[in-house]
Amino acid sequence: MPTMRGDAMRGLAVFISDIRNCKSREAELRRINKELTNIRQRFRADKTLDGYQKKKYVCKLLFIFLLGHDIDFGYMEAVNLLSSNKYTEKQIGYLFISVIMNSSTEMKQLIIQNIRNDLQSRNPIFINLALQCVANIGDREMAVAFTNDIPRLLISGDTLDAVKQSAALCLLRLHRTSPDSLQLNTEWTARIIHLLNDQHLGVATAAVSLIDALVKRSPDEYKGCINLAVSRLSRIVTSSYTDFQDYTYYFVPAPWLCVKLLRLLQNYPPPDDPSIRSRLNECLDTILNKAQEPLKSKKVQHSNARNAVLFEAINLIIHMDCESSLLVRACNQLGQFLQNRETNLRYLALESMCLLATSEFSHEAVKKHQETVINALKSERDVSVRQRAVDLLYAMCDRSNAQDIVQEMLTYLETADYTIREEMVLKIAILSEKYAVDYKWYLDIMLKLIRIAGDFVSEEVWYRVIQVVVNRNDVQSYAAKIAFEALQAPACHENMVKVAGYILGEYGNLIALDPRSTPLIQFDLLHSKYHLCSPTTRCLILSTYMKFVNLFPEIKHHIQDILRHDSNYRSSDVEIQQRATEYLKLSEVCSPTVLATVLEIMPPYPEKQSPLLVRLKQKKPLMESEGAVEPTSSATTTPVTVYIDDVPKLADTAQQNGLLVSLDTPESNGHYEDSTFSSMTKPATSTVQSNKKFLLKNSDIIFENELIQIGIKGETTKSSMEIELYYGNKSNFNMTNFSSNIICTGELESELRMNMEPTKATIDSRAQIKQSGTIDCLKDFRDLPKMSITFYYNNMPQKIDFSFPIYLNKYIEKATMDSNNFFLRWKNLEKSSQEFQKIFPANFPMIYDDCHQKLEGFGWSSLTGIDVNTENFCGAGIIHTTTQQIGCLYRLEPNKQAKMYRLTIRASRDGVAKRLVELLEDQF
Amino acid sequence: MVVIIQFILLFSRQGKLRLQKWYTSQTEKSKKKITRELVATVLARKPKMSSFLEWKDLKIVYKRYASLYFCCAIEQDDNELLTLETIHRYVELLDKYFGSVCELDIIFNFEKAYFIFDEFILGGEIQETSKKSVLKAINDQDVIQEEELEEKRSVLEDLGLA
Repeated sequence: MPTMRGDAMRGLAVFISDIRNCKSREAELRRINKELTNIRQRFRADKTLDGYQKKKYVCKLLFIFLLGHDIDFGYMEAVNLLSSNKYTEKQIGYLFISVIMNSSTEMKQLIIQNIRNDLQSRNPIFINLALQCVANIGDREMAVAFTNDIPRLLISGDTLDAVKQSAALCLLRLHRTSPDSLQLNTEWTARIIHLLNDQHLGVATAAVSLIDALVKRSPDEYKGCINLAVSRLSRIVTSSYTDFQDYTYYFVPAPWLCVKLLRLLQNYPPPDDPSIRSRLNECLDTILNKAQEPLKSKKVQHSNARNAVLFEAINLIIHMDCESSLLVRACNQLGQFLQNRETNLRYLALESMCLLATSEFSHEAVKKHQETVINALKSERDVSVRQRAVDLLYAMCDRSNAQDIVQEMLTYLETADYTIREEMVLKIAILSEKYAVDYKWYLDIMLKLIRIAGDFVSEEVWYRVIQVVVNRNDVQSYAAKIAFEALQAPACHENMVKVAGYILGEYGNLIALDPRSTPLIQFDLLHSKYHLCSPTTRCLILSTYMKFVNLFPEIKHHIQDILRHDSNYRSSDVEIQQRATEYLKLSEVCSPTVLATVLEIMPPYPEKQSPLLVRLKQKKPLMESEGAVEPTSSATTTPVTVYIDDVPKLADTAQQNGLLVSLDTPESNGHYEDSTFSSMTKPATSTVQSNKKFLLKNSDIIFENELIQIGIKGETTKSSMEIELYYGNKSNFNMTNFSSNIICTGELESELRMNMEPTKATIDSRAQIKQSGTIDCLKDFRDLPKMSITFYYNNMPQKIDFSFPIYLNKYIEKATMDSNNFFLRWKNLEKSSQEFQKIFPANFPMIYDDCHQKLEGFGWSSLTGIDVNTENFCGAGIIHTTTQQIGCLYRLEPNKQAKMYRLTIRASRDGVAKRLVELLEDQF
Repeated sequence: MVVIIQFILLFSRQGKLRLQKWYTSQTEKSKKKITRELVATVLARKPKMSSFLEWKDLKIVYKRYASLYFCCAIEQDDNELLTLETIHRYVELLDKYFGSVCELDIIFNFEKAYFIFDEFILGGEIQETSKKSVLKAINDQDVIQEEELEEKRSVLEDLGLA
């Protein structure tokens, strides 16, 4: 048995030895059960158990728990240990509750009381135990309980350094678990920031983490940290490693502190103050220079620590995205790493370059390394490194190199690891569509993709191929030709059969004059695959056959034979049977003109965001975590179901009906939108949920009770909105003397100009009337007009009053711009009255596309490629009033970890930013 | 808000979990599931491979020391190299404290391994990077432990029980 340090608990050591000597799992279990019985008896019987024994038994329980067994007793004894005045007993008590009682609520109050006692103790080692415990398991209740005690420890002048360190990280934990319960007095802000300057490097190291989190909550309040962080960083990077004694790690001065400072600075835009900015640039320069110096030690720890700082500096350079010389230097440095013998460095270099590829300053510099990256794809032995190479190729792809990159990715796909194939297929599909100059090239690539990696081609991918073909009539005959050729291959993937089947059904006639692909040959070829396919594919092929009946009347009887065949007509698969029966009947009873109408080619699909991008984002499963912050605990589980709404109609109807849906339900394509009453009741964009009516949509139901429903549609040009109001009488009686007024009072009188046509005086039962008009915006406004409706119903006078939901955002016109312009304008709006920022909890699952849709629905743009963090949203718009134009910019930063958002809006007119934030703060 | 380190696992080449430290709240069930999956993933990797891998929405940084794997889960955009050195510093601390540490030391003194964690990393963040400071804190604890043991012995002696 190895020696126990301090010869602590012999009984424990004996027990551990026993467990280790057990020959089988059964023996181990017996030994454990014996021990548990023993401990249970001791706890129950022996009330005089002394602290030492309690400690020993609690420690044994802990050991058993760590072996993977459930422990359902001993909690009380552990909590009792907390009130012991012996340090080691207390310590084991705290360890037990930190490890085992993670989120248990029983005895919570007792634990909190014990922690409070220790926090108020005069013995710093007791204080530290309590702090460490809170830092391990702190929750909302603890945040409330210690909202004063802990900050006081942090900033008090006579606190020991070690206690300050624990207090800082303890606060951080509480801040993370329940940001709103922890109230930090603003008078403490300056003192907290000044911890960055603390002469004790350990205190500074712990404090930066806390400050980083506080900065994320209130960036303006903590702005002062920028200057201090830059000067501290500068002192570290320009000094010699000998200056920091034990904080130098393998010849690198304070790497942990450096990295934390560099991360802290990534919360802000580049410093405005020119002197701070140039000092920061010098730091970054110095770090880049150091990377070129010879290594001071052969130990990997030295180069790792040095490069850890370097990579973080590069992250900051990418974040600032304004110093092109630094960006290019960073890129060159990473280029060197691409050839490094350390796998870790190659991995990280590929990863960082992905970010550099998105900056316009360094995109071209990254492209120079294309060949090396392609080589990495071919020669790296580690799949995770190859994955990074794929990511980088995807990021550096543009119109100029798309053909090469897609070709290389396609070649690699044939031998790629199974784990990354599906993602590669998606990426190839996205790139080849995005950068297709010639859609024939796109189709060639896509069919090749299905041929090489058919199993990994998800439905979205082949649906998309069909969407593209349907929407581009210049490639339809080419598509039919190559689909036909692909089908001729002896072993043909089922996904290929689906694509080819669909395309031939629509456009087979375009190649029918070629003697090599006459109707009968097309039909025979497709039918030769029929029996090898799954029922769903057979359904699709049956629809193709039906389309053939229309396209090629000369082979109608062949097709009728197939439909009549027992294997279809009496198929055990209901869907096949139904199609066979109905199609057969259709082909028998319909005249050619009726058939031609019913089986007309598919209309173009509405253009939406490519479902492939959605799919790519969905790819990564999330870590399940027990949400410590409550608002939307479903956020991690719901995205999949919500995404479904986003996939074009084609996808969901296809699942039920096969692809040729137009046969059965011609309207199901969803682009027959009209303004009738009934369509008003089902808003077209059902994923947009909002508690403010008409805010994120251009049509909405603004009022409804059992008698009446009022719908609105609006369209704005500059400062004038044309609106239509629909009043629907839901009752069985006529409404008479109907009158509707929108009233502006107070300031609104001079801000909005109403011009509504009068309504009819009577609304018949179950009918609706329409009222048109215009509302002009004279000046930016905040209040809502009042809507007042009066009518007689069944001879009873009725009056309805409510706020008419017209918000300032209705007068926003979308503006688009590139990253440079965006930040230029952003910086121009720097007065405090022009900016407003708010951090708020998420009310809905945090889904990228939903946010995007809501922001666009709000009226302004949601631009991509502005923010280096692709999770963030940026955009711009112009508010038009009759007298002026107000420019607005915004940035919305989701924080999925904390389930919070930060919204920052800047607007050229004072006060407007605040109004817009108020409108949006509860919408996400 | 980002928790720098989400959890740390120490496990043997045979896949036996030796130490676990969770910095985000997880149910016991999900802890076991994560551990099982992750241990299998890491053990399947070959020696020359990179020390980093993407796993779910996290990044795993791991390193093998003799028979033990040290494995840290961090956020996607965290600093991988520094995490690798965080692991190394922890190993150095164990090594210094136990005097060339081996797997058995950690098994028999698991509580000490936890105490060292709490002095070095707190709530998933680095608290103190100085080896001297951390070791001093732990040694101070040992001194108190000795004193308390002494006290207990003398009480027993007084009672004629020792």
